[in-house]
Amino acid sequence: MCKLDKLFARLALLAFGIFSAHLAFAQSTQGSTKFPGIGRNATPAEVIAWDIDVRPDFKGLPKGSGSVAQGQVIWESKCASCHGVFGESNEIFTPIAGGTTTDDVKTGRVASLADRKQPQRTTLMKVPTVSTLWDYIYRAMPWNAPRSLTADDTYALVAFILSLGEIVPDDFVLSNANIAEVQKKMPNRNGMTRNHGFWSVNGKPDVNGSSCMTNCVKFVQIGSTLPDFARNAHGNIAEQNRLYGPYRGSDSTKPPIAKLPGSSGEGLAHAADTHAATTKGPAALFKNENCSACHAPNAKLVGPSIADIAAKYKGQSGAQEKLMAKVKNGGSGVWGAIPMPPQAQLSDEDRATLVRWVLTGQ
Amino acid sequence: MTKKQIELSAQDISAVEKPTNRARLVKAPEHFVSQELIADINANGLDETRRGFLRKGFLSAIGGAAAGLAAPMAFAAGEGDPAILEKQEWQTTLGKNVATMPYGVPSIYEANLIRRESPGLTRVSAASVAFTPLQGLFGTITPNGLHFERHHQGWYNLNPETHRLMVNGMVKNARVFTMNDLMRLPSVSRTHFIECGANTGLEWGNVAVPTVQYTHGMLSCCEFTGVPLKVLLDECGADLKKGKFLLAEGGDGSGMTRTINLESCLDDTIVAWAMNGEMLRPENGFPLRLVVPGVQGVSWVKWLRRLEVGDMPWNTKDEAVHYIELMPDGMHRQYASIQECKSVITTPSGGQQLLDKGFYNVSGMAWSGRGKIKRVDVSFDGGNNWRTARLETPVLTKSITRFNIDWVWDGSPAILQSRAVDDTGYIQPSIKILRDLRGNRSIYHNNAIQSWKLDANGEVSNVQVG
Repeated sequence: MCKLDKLFARLALLAFGIFSAHLAFAQSTQGSTKFPGIGRNATPAEVIAWDIDVRPDFKGLPKGSGSVAQGQVIWESKCASCHGVFGESNEIFTPIAGGTTTDDVKTGRVASLADRKQPQRTTLMKVPTVSTLWDYIYRAMPWNAPRSLTADDTYALVAFILSLGEIVPDDFVLSNANIAEVQKKMPNRNGMTRNHGFWSVNGKPDVNGSSCMTNCVKFVQIGSTLPDFARNAHGNIAEQNRLYGPYRGSDSTKPPIAKLPGSSGEGLAHAADTHAATTKGPAALFKNENCSACHAPNAKLVGPSIADIAAKYKGQSGAQEKLMAKVKNGGSGVWGAIPMPPQAQLSDEDRATLVRWVLTGQ
Repeated sequence: MTKKQIELSAQDISAVEKPTNRARLVKAPEHFVSQELIADINANGLDETRRGFLRKGFLSAIGGAAAGLAAPMAFAAGEGDPAILEKQEWQTTLGKNVATMPYGVPSIYEANLIRRESPGLTRVSAASVAFTPLQGLFGTITPNGLHFERHHQGWYNLNPETHRLMVNGMVKNARVFTMNDLMRLPSVSRTHFIECGANTGLEWGNVAVPTVQYTHGMLSCCEFTGVPLKVLLDECGADLKKGKFLLAEGGDGSGMTRTINLESCLDDTIVAWAMNGEMLRPENGFPLRLVVPGVQGVSWVKWLRRLEVGDMPWNTKDEAVHYIELMPDGMHRQYASIQECKSVITTPSGGQQLLDKGFYNVSGMAWSGRGKIKRVDVSFDGGNNWRTARLETPVLTKSITRFNIDWVWDGSPAILQSRAVDDTGYIQPSIKILRDLRGNRSIYHNNAIQSWKLDANGEVSNVQVG
């Protein structure tokens, strides 16, 4: 859609909005059959604003188009930080592309789903309909700035993703006119079934258990246990259970105890604790204020790692004040194209605490 | 209270709860003498004996503050339990005022029972899961602060004054409702479980996590209040002959969209605003969410803002890329919605430690997305022999049922299992039966019998049998 068209469309919607506002009272009971005074009819502009879903038959798809080349440019600035330059990254979300072949495009079944030659299931290995990609990207991407893409951006991005899977050629231009044809090439278009008992409560279950009550098995074989090295992988289990009552938590920071602790728990090292120390301070603040949505201690996520920030500003005078201003007002360009949004909700005290912690670990 | 004050009061609980010196009584307490003594003094005047009663009365009124904090001591033979023999601080000093915690919080001694993330499960917390601590819960209702969380793009405190629900699609009149509108409509309150389709999904291949919080904690059960979906659809003139499907859309950044199968979900689906007597918590969809009893949690769209009636499923992202089960032949099962009959023993469970031999009440939860729990059997020998447990009432449809069974532990190793049966006759299967049919790459809808191994040292661990 060209810019002029959009302007006209907006003006038309605006005019309609003013017109319909005058009708709001008249509408308040219109259409109601049983509950007078409850709800009102939606205006056409309201339905257009919210009804953005796109179905597999492309009902709801706006007009527009975008090329693979345009998609690549948008991808690199807005998508690659989470999904990798070629949609292959497994760092933050599961990979978008990979695992499909040109043979799959012919058969409509992704062979690697059955032969298990791929370690990871990618989006293109699974998604049967191109409408799904279009709908989701338009409504919810980029992850930290949903609904910021235009319809043309979305066509371009879908075209780029499809080109990664060799479903369309590198010079392809995807549009509302040819998208139905592209859907016929989706590698896993024949890979879904609703022929199972879980779609409806009246469906027939696929398995059933045994009702045997006595002498049911010849011998009991333990097939799987948690490996010893994983004993403390979920933190100290003692601190995840009551410290009183008949069922205490095992101290998973230590090997299992040698014998039963005794009826009041006197043999448990942690039994004398009254309650676990609650973690407070900058690390909790960092998590609670959602900084951890974009920053990790040692790895790059959407933004730089804490370690990288600390290293960059090490020994610089005024770093504390400089970063406090950045946290408050947002910033961009230092660590890549993705801007840091302003964090105006933080108090000065919290900002100072957070920045000090990032810079010094204290 | 302002938002900041509420947050402060929540953070400062430990400070408030710390023992403080409550001996600062500035005014003498009034009426510390009995009505009889007052009458006696009035009639006969004061003498040394009656002055003595008065002095004692003062002492008993303020004397408690002088009592020290006795640390629990070793239980000397012939004496008795210090918890009985010694005066306790809370017996002998002034407690806190009413409404010190205007929206109450659990005891500080319950600080360990909280929602927790599973380390390494997801990379970013805004698209993650926090699990309910089933190991510490009682009965069937999940406290609102412990209801599991799963978000796709982070949660917000939506403003209920500007929140709207739109109903459109195959309806005579596309309509808009405010919260004021919705909460005027005839409401129902029903108790149902909600379980994520991926609950227990980490265990499809092998034992992966230590405790019931992580194996089964994407499960909660609450009394939900709201308007039946059917009432709203009828009000808008929905074409339920051709419109067999409903798109539910959330108001968060992910704009979560799920297709609801109206043929099987129309009867009991609720457009809900309340949970256990209070408004929904923000992390559970405040101010409005869909409640689709028996169906996996992802369809209970949170921050619900739009319902569209249509004649075909939408194949949205979470219906085409996630929440699909990979079968051994490479085919994906799509729209697998119903949560089948399932149960788990919660006490004792993985990571717990039994203190001594002797009697225990073994307890757990059972539920079915197709109806009511009819029976729960429990095995203490890894599935060789089974005994039928007591079901606690009420037994409600598509809700959690609590079961209990008596057990005297003789101190030898044991493997505990529970097996639920629902009123359709479906019996909870073993992990082997499930894997034989579906392979081990499904992730979703693992309703296998759970095994907990109890060692002679009293420690319970997560194992798979067979």
